[in-house]
Parts: sequence; structure tokens; C-alpha cells
Amino acid sequence: MSEPTGTHAIRTEHVTRIYQMGESQVPAVNGVSITVDAGEFVALLGSSGSGKSTLLNLLAGLDRPTSGAIYAHGKNLAEMSSGELAHHRSHTVGMVFQAFNLLPRMTLEENVELPLRLAEVERAERPARVREAVDRVRLTARLSHRPTELSGGEQQRASLARALVNRPTILLADEPTGNLDSHTGDAIMDLLTEINRTLGMTIVMVTHDRVRAERYAGRIITMGDGKLISDGVRV
Amino acid sequence: MKLGDLTELAARNLREAMLRNSLTTLGIAVGVASLVAMLSLGVGLQELASSRLTHSGLFDAVIVMSKSTMRGFGGPQQNEAADAAPARRLDDPARKELSALPNVVEVYPEVRFPTEIVFDGKPFSTTAAGIPESARADGAYDGMKGNFFSAPDAPEAILQIEFAKQLSDNTDSLVGKELSLRYAERQALPPDETAKPSTRATNKDASADEDEGAGFSVVTREKKLKIVGIVETEPAAGFGGFGRGRLLIPLAIAQTLKIAQPTDMREMLRGSSGKVSYDSLTVRVKNPAAVQSVEDSIKKMGFGTFSILDATKNLRLVFIVFDSLLGIFGSLALTVASLGIINTLVMAILERRREIGILKALGAADRDVRRLFFAEAGAMGLFGGIAGVVLGWAIGRALNFATNVYLKRQGLPPIDLSSVPLWLVGSAIGFSFFVSLIAGMYPASRAAKLDPVEALRYE
Repeated sequence: MSEPTGTHAIRTEHVTRIYQMGESQVPAVNGVSITVDAGEFVALLGSSGSGKSTLLNLLAGLDRPTSGAIYAHGKNLAEMSSGELAHHRSHTVGMVFQAFNLLPRMTLEENVELPLRLAEVERAERPARVREAVDRVRLTARLSHRPTELSGGEQQRASLARALVNRPTILLADEPTGNLDSHTGDAIMDLLTEINRTLGMTIVMVTHDRVRAERYAGRIITMGDGKLISDGVRV
Repeated sequence: MKLGDLTELAARNLREAMLRNSLTTLGIAVGVASLVAMLSLGVGLQELASSRLTHSGLFDAVIVMSKSTMRGFGGPQQNEAADAAPARRLDDPARKELSALPNVVEVYPEVRFPTEIVFDGKPFSTTAAGIPESARADGAYDGMKGNFFSAPDAPEAILQIEFAKQLSDNTDSLVGKELSLRYAERQALPPDETAKPSTRATNKDASADEDEGAGFSVVTREKKLKIVGIVETEPAAGFGGFGRGRLLIPLAIAQTLKIAQPTDMREMLRGSSGKVSYDSLTVRVKNPAAVQSVEDSIKKMGFGTFSILDATKNLRLVFIVFDSLLGIFGSLALTVASLGIINTLVMAILERRREIGILKALGAADRDVRRLFFAEAGAMGLFGGIAGVVLGWAIGRALNFATNVYLKRQGLPPIDLSSVPLWLVGSAIGFSFFVSLIAGMYPASRAAKLDPVEALRYE
């Protein structure tokens, strides 16, 4: 079932994700309902095991909810086929990880080009798209370098370029500054803010860093034990 | 993902684990090589047997006889249509008619007679046979000692090796020497003498026009022949190889000798008109496949025929079974190699677990991951197949070389023991590719089903 396309980029309705751990069932996300408007920069805040990363994976279409509904631009991910979810991951959302997750045997350029290959973008169009994404994160000079030849901050920027290259409408970031020092982390957060403002891209960022969340995000959703604890717009 | 991108990514993945993938590919190559070597041996032996049998003159020849003659033999292989046709004389018009049939290369009479030769002052009994000039080109005399007849009507002889051994222990020394052929010549009698009874007979010999309407007498003659070659067997044994000729002379010479044949008396007693007629004619056909149609046409003309077509069919069946057995043994090695592919790809899944997770997070569908692993398995199968064909061909050549070295030491002519025809090259590579895809099914399916969240957590 889909809902009318409005200003909501994301909407969840009583989303629950239960993991089977041997005999017992563990609810990682338990009845969470949130709404994220297009162009919002939302921080999902919570301690370790609070269910924020699980919720992010559900929003990305990497996982399926045990119950409830997740709408991305009006389309219910819970009802999508495996192929449709892959299309969602390829075209609607871009993902940034704490561990960067760049492929070590590929150059920066090849890493950024990878989503274009998966989305079957025409070969002739790809160099310009890669260039555009890399320019945005200011890594043009490092195109031919492999991830091992880049610093942590550069790797995360490369990861960001890869997430942007398919021009998604939603950017999902899972602890994007978790592996970086404070200064580099701030630079990444500045970049995310810039992307949010200039492109109007919806950003949902998982973090356990309240200070950063309060400094950069427009809205903070707090989770604990898989449940929604608070949802407030930062003034 | 598009095919080009899929291929590039697969090639990149294969290059990453170069040693392991090369060893797996080598395993496939060895499997394909064993398959190709086995089958090339089977094909080679089949071609060798077919070639020898074709050159033997048994399989591309149809023996044509007058029906009246065949009844004397008990009437072999006549169908109803042939029975319905009237019996015809096997004469020159019939010979011309036979020559004009489609797929007929030549038509010649069977000239084969018992004789005595004198060599080095000693007499030797043997059977002589006339050999048509066309026999020179069919490869049957390849590897013989000496040469084929210098001309279609040259007074020359080729000896069969066993007969040559009777003449001399050193058979090589016989080439170039002379022998005397003693034979019974059928000699025409003047017409007035034919009216007289007793020793004269009414002649209707096949080749002597001057005999027409006359009786004949039998006179002993002698002809000098130069030995020009020695052959292993008589290649054109004609009538099923019965009474094989051990002294071979040009057919043109044999026909001019007017040799008295055992059938002359029978023909005379039948009171035939005296026109030229033949006891039997050999019709040589372009290839064994055309024998049946030619035989049918000849039967419709009212003649009896004899060929060894059925034996060819049975031979083909034997080789199909033989090739199948060789193929099964060869495939066993390829089956073992396919287990290597499964092992390599399962290991690759473990190593690339996180990478698969990343690909899925970036938008790869299960189908893309499955196709990627399929492409890697297929590439290993394709390259393994190509290398295997080359290796199998080399093994076949080595076997051929070793066999020919042995044959040379035994004083025998070389043979082509192994053969790798194009269909075998294509089939082996295709089979290797197909088997590799089958082997890649399980790993590919396993990789496609990986939970991306779990895969991304994998360190």
C-alpha cells in the first residue's frame, strides 16, 4: 500500500523489528512511529543498543520490519520485493557508514562510480557524475588514489561522494564521525550541513554524540531500548 | 547491472585472487584436457578405421552382377523391386549407364585370376588382380615400398608383402626386378572352326571383339613384368576381399591379356549372343554415404548388387559406444575440477562477505550478486576449457608421436592416432563453461541470499 506523496520524505508507523536470539526474541526496534519531512536534517540519538542503527537499516531498505510500515516518498518499503528494495537503495537513498566501507582494491574514482554501475547509468554519463560528486566533497585531486592512500576524513568524504553520486533524495548516515577525530568529524558534519542546505537533501544521521547532534541537526529523535523516547525540533 | 560492468567486476575479482583462481582454472583445464585427449583418441581411431576401410575398397564400392550370375551365388541382398525388374546382361551399354549414375566415380570390371609366376628361375602360384588407375589417388598406396604403376598400361607389377616374402627374404631388393607372369589366354578361333564339335567352344568373352561369334581355345602365355612396388595389403580387394590378389597389375594390362576365366565356359553354355559381357563390375562411389542410393538405382536397372553398407552402420555404432565410454571417463576429471570451482567460490563468499554487503547497500540486487558469481565461475570454465583443449590436443600429439616412433621401429607406416576436430574443440569449451556454471550455482545462490546487514557487520 502507498500513501499520497506529500512533504514527508520518510514516515514510519509502529515499526517493530524483532530478532530471534536462540529461544528468545529481542525487539531491536519496538513500535516506532516517526515522520521526516523533505529537506530535514534529523539526528537519531541514543546509546549503544538503543535500536537507532536498526531503524536506519530499515529506512535504507537493507532490512525488513517484523511489523509496521515504512514509507519513503509514499512507498511502503515493507511491501516491496527484493528487487524493488534494491532500486530504493540505489535511487532513493544514499548511505554513509562509520567504517567508510570503501572497496580497498578500487580507486576513489572507481568506488564513486560503483553505484552508477549498479544503477545502470550510461557509461558516457558517468565521468561527469563522478566528477560532480567528488567536487562536492572536495576530493578531486585524489581521484586515482586507493582508500588505503587516503586519510580517515578523506575516506569518509569519498564515502559521501559515493552516496551522492546517484543523486538520492535521502541521505542516511550511520555514525559518520565515529571513526574520526574531533576536527575531522566537524569537517564532515559541515559538509553534511552544506549538502542539506544547498541540495535540500533529507538527512537522517545516527549518532550517540549529543553535542554534535545539537550543533548540526535541525531535529533530534532520541531512542532507548528500541523505543522512541523523544522527538523534538531544535530551536 | 549491465553485462559490460558485470564482466569488468568479475575480471577484477578474479585478478584479486590470482593464484587461487589460476589453480582452480588449471584444475578445469586438466579435466577438459583429459576429456579432449580421450575423445580425440576415439575420434582418431574412428577416422583411422574409416579411412583404412574406405581405402580397402569395401565401403565405397558396389559390386554389380547380372541377376542370372547372382542366382548362382544364392542371390545375395536383392529387394523386391529388384526382383520385379527383368534380368539384364552386364554389357558395355550397361557399363556406360552405370557410369552415368549420380555419385559414381568409375565403373570397372573385376579381373582376378589364379596364375603362376616365374621369378629367379623358380615357379610360384598366386592370384593376380587388375588394379584401376584411380586407385593411385585414394591414398591406399601411401607408405608402400617403391611406387605405383608409372602408367595405366605399364607392364609393371606390385607385390603384396606376404607374397614378396615368398620370393625373397629381402623384399626391398625385389623392387626393380623382373618376373614372368604365366597365364591362360583365351584365343579366338576362325568362325568355320566353331562349327566343329569337341575341343572348341562358342565364345562370348568380355573383352575380345574378334572372338564374336567364334569359339575359343586356351593357350599358355607369358608376360614379363617389372616389380615397381610392395604393398602391405591389397587395398582394393573388391568382392568383399575374397581371394585377395597378391600380384597386382594395371587393370588395362589385365584386360588386354584376354585371360581365360572360369565363367567363360558357363557363358558359352548359356548360348549368349557373343556380345561383350562382364561377369561382374565394380562401381566405385564418391563416399560410403552414397552407396545406398547408388545401389538402389542399380537394382532398378535390373542388376543384382552387393555392398558392405550394413557393416559400416555397425562400425559407426561401435564407435559411438566407444566414444561415449571414453567421454564418461574423461568427464570424471572435469567433475572433480568442478568441485574445485565450488570450493573456490565458497571461499570467495567468506572473504568477500563485507564487499557483498557494501554492494547490496549501494543498490545491488540479489540477481546482480548472483550474476557476478556466475560470471566468475563461467570465466574460470571458459579459460579452463580453452587451456584444456590446447593441453588435450598436446597430449594427443604426444601420444601420436610416441605411437609413430614405435611404428617406425617396427617398420610400419605412420598413422594419425588422435584427432581434434572443430566440433570437439567447441563442445569441450562449451561443456566446460556449462559445468562451471552448474558448479557456480550453489555459491552464487548463497552469495545472493546474504543478509546485507549481517554482511556489513562482518570483519
